[in-house]
Amino acid sequence: MSECTCNPGYTKDTLVPQIGVITDIREETPDVKTFRVNALDGGKLFEHMPGQCAMVCVPGVSEGMFSITSSPTNKEYQEFSIKRCGVLTEKLHSLEVGDQITVRGPYGNNFPVETELKGKNLLFIAGGIGLAPLRSVINYVLDNRENYGTVDILYGSRSADDLVQLKEIQEVWMKAPNVNVYLTIDREQEGWDGHVGFVPTYLKEIGFDTDKTALVCGPPIMIKFVLQGLKEMGYTDEQIYTTLELRMKCGIGKCGRCNIGTKFVCKDGPVFRYDQIEELPDEY
Amino acid sequence: MQELINKAKELLANGTVVRVLGWRAGDLSYNPEPAFFETEEDLQKFVYDGFCGANLSKYMIEASKLDGKTLVFLKPCDTYSFNQLIKEHRVDREKAYIVGVGCRGKLDIDKIKEQGIKGIESVEGTELDGPDTLTIKTLYGDKTCSYASAMLGRCHVCKGKEHMIADEIIGESKDTKDAERFDAVKAVEAMSPEERFNFFQKELRKCIRCNACRNVCPACSCRKCVFDSNKFDSAQKANVDSFEEKMFHVIRAFHVAGRCTDCGECSRVCPQGIQLHLFNRKFIKDINEYYGEFQAGADIEARGPLTNYTFDDVEPSIVKERG
Amino acid sequence: MYKIAKENLSALFQKIAGDKELYLPVKNGGQTNYAAWDETVEVDIDTLKTVKSAKDAFFPQFETLYNVKREGKKLDLQQEALKDKDFVIFGMKACDIQGVKVLDNVFLSEPVDTYYAARRAHGIIVAMACHEPEESCFCKVFGLDAADPSAADVATWMVDGELYWKALTEKGEALTASVKDLLTDADEAKVEAEKAQIRAIVEKLPYSNLSLEGWGGDATDVKFKSPVWETLYKGCLACGTCTFVCPTCQCYDIKDYTTKDGIQRYRCWDSCMYSDFTLMAGGNNRTSQLQRYRQRFMHKLVYYPANNNGMYACVGCGRCVEKCPSSLNIVKVIKAFENEGGSKA
Repeated sequence: MSECTCNPGYTKDTLVPQIGVITDIREETPDVKTFRVNALDGGKLFEHMPGQCAMVCVPGVSEGMFSITSSPTNKEYQEFSIKRCGVLTEKLHSLEVGDQITVRGPYGNNFPVETELKGKNLLFIAGGIGLAPLRSVINYVLDNRENYGTVDILYGSRSADDLVQLKEIQEVWMKAPNVNVYLTIDREQEGWDGHVGFVPTYLKEIGFDTDKTALVCGPPIMIKFVLQGLKEMGYTDEQIYTTLELRMKCGIGKCGRCNIGTKFVCKDGPVFRYDQIEELPDEY
Repeated sequence: MQELINKAKELLANGTVVRVLGWRAGDLSYNPEPAFFETEEDLQKFVYDGFCGANLSKYMIEASKLDGKTLVFLKPCDTYSFNQLIKEHRVDREKAYIVGVGCRGKLDIDKIKEQGIKGIESVEGTELDGPDTLTIKTLYGDKTCSYASAMLGRCHVCKGKEHMIADEIIGESKDTKDAERFDAVKAVEAMSPEERFNFFQKELRKCIRCNACRNVCPACSCRKCVFDSNKFDSAQKANVDSFEEKMFHVIRAFHVAGRCTDCGECSRVCPQGIQLHLFNRKFIKDINEYYGEFQAGADIEARGPLTNYTFDDVEPSIVKERG
Repeated sequence: MYKIAKENLSALFQKIAGDKELYLPVKNGGQTNYAAWDETVEVDIDTLKTVKSAKDAFFPQFETLYNVKREGKKLDLQQEALKDKDFVIFGMKACDIQGVKVLDNVFLSEPVDTYYAARRAHGIIVAMACHEPEESCFCKVFGLDAADPSAADVATWMVDGELYWKALTEKGEALTASVKDLLTDADEAKVEAEKAQIRAIVEKLPYSNLSLEGWGGDATDVKFKSPVWETLYKGCLACGTCTFVCPTCQCYDIKDYTTKDGIQRYRCWDSCMYSDFTLMAGGNNRTSQLQRYRQRFMHKLVYYPANNNGMYACVGCGRCVEKCPSSLNIVKVIKAFENEGGSKA
């Protein structure tokens, strides 16, 4: 039985969550809000690694798996960037600071920031809300800058209004040394003088060197074309990481619904290297 | 049976149909399965005998969406379901070539087992023109039982040997009715409210919410069932309390009222042997009394009693009085 | 070894139930299933197979995980108490016990499912040999011995109107001691003869020589991509019967039930056969019944063995053989692939 170090007495194996308090809500885009959550005593709910997820629940409504968007280097709280797209997320968006929800986790594996990614040049490619899990990695990398090589971030969204975490991108990431940020939006828009075009197209235009490891997250269609692009540019399957998103209920590899082949996405994922995904039956 | 296979081969060969919906021989002597056949080679596994109880009408909903015609074999009672599905625009008559097959009642392996017969290696005498006695070879010796004693409950109240719809008919049918259709309903009606409640509670408490009754039911043809909705607290999978035990089946009975042909598939497939048809049959009996005799699926023209208005319709107050 | 006359069993059950909960096969409305014993129930230990397996004793179809009350912005959460009393489950067959072992690999692997673990810790299994195996049985295929259910706390045999009783574990010894005054000493000769007879029948069962060749943890690619599934699934009604009568199916759902006292968060069995099993706001990765049907059997015969040292998630109880409304079942799946190999070679 694994006990959480920051909250003794809480065992994550029982399917019983902790109560979390919403301590801040940021409206990122018309349909994305970032929720800051603390434990009842004001501290962090648990310790996690970049890429891990947690089950967030509004009792009486539903429970869902969301990636933790804050970095583990943040010692005060966890954050979840949540897009409004169903019954649960609709309800979450109606909540206010001070409201209590339940949270259990962290679940799943993480991007291998302490092993395979260490010392590597990193290329982050995100679309829309897909930035949420990568943001955790990016901030972890920036807070441990000496452990990694160059950092390139390519991020796109439907419109300028749909770019998540824009303030942080502009004020922190763009100003960080040795970090290149490339932003793009799908269509021309008044007041936007940056790049216009889809992420996969922009990726090929920039034409990154193959001396990097790519971390990709976004809508399935974007992932598909980004992977194609990376392959054309000479990236190998072993150089590419992404996350899978499937319906989950337990978060601990037992309830069966996120099972693909011999893997359970909630437990063995959500982070997969592309060559691992290629080995799965075509059902994701 | 060979005649059916020959017909299937002929219709496949001359292009009248592109597939055949029938029954494939099982690996035990009593477990054939509903199956589609597309080639002459496939048809080697075709079987038609006493254990082909499955009503293939419902499979025609999916088959109607496929290109080309499907040859479907329907027993007399299955044709009521098919008609009802035509009426509800769930199947396409033009996509079906219906061969009405003869029936002398269908068998229920559980009825054989209930007679203490176990370790069944083979059941002989199940064919359409077979004898009145089944010979059952078992690991514990040979046994016999009468064909009638092994029939599905529904066959004892057989609706008749006539096919209600067919392009052609192959094989003789037999009316196997040897009990009154509404006797079981009357027995329940005769109970005191308390007895009746206990009776249904005992039956429905067995329910494991597997949804087999719903999924096999030709009248349950909604594209998305309300019980499959994620927005619904009491969706499908388990009975959270004793209220829910009843709710699923009562709602279903209401939903198919006036449309249920009494095909009996619900009771045939229930893994817990719940007498689900009693609900539907009670509705049929009431409808007959209030609105006049009506048999769903007897034709494709008549409007259903609950979707039609006539001056003879019973007044709500009278329903209350009689109910 | 001990024995007790069949007519004295009710005294035995009464004695066991005196200080422990007792679950055993009970006939209700013509169907036999495991249920709690009391003096009013109709015990049925002659029926070989209960409709549902004994899985409910450890992993019930429905169980509350915790209750939540909301007061303004605040939530109050109370976990449901874990099983803390010993209980006896009487009459489990070798296949059903193997089913529990399959569940153990899932629920007792890290992170442990504490609800299940508590029931496992407090459950005392009294097994029963299969007096007259039936044609749907194929436990031999998975290396089980219907004649000698050894993976239990107590093993029993019903021979000539007497129940023979043999403790196999410490828990079993303790249970035996608590009912000792109802038991008499017995020699094993009759039991040995019974075992031989059962094994002889098992040899003759139609499915006993079913071959699992080609299945197992390494078969993902070849089996998943096989065209056999395209015809095999067609009769499937997409109901959950096979799943719910299966001793090894462990998929579950977690849902809320709103009551007047608050929110009850419960877990209930789910079925990979159901159309909404993998449905989420963002899409569904198994949209066709072909995919869902394939998933169930791939999990039992390939994925599970891959993750559990070759152990299959089928125990050969044959309940799906008996209960599938369309007479489709795991045996037909295994055979269909056998035939595929034959015809295409």
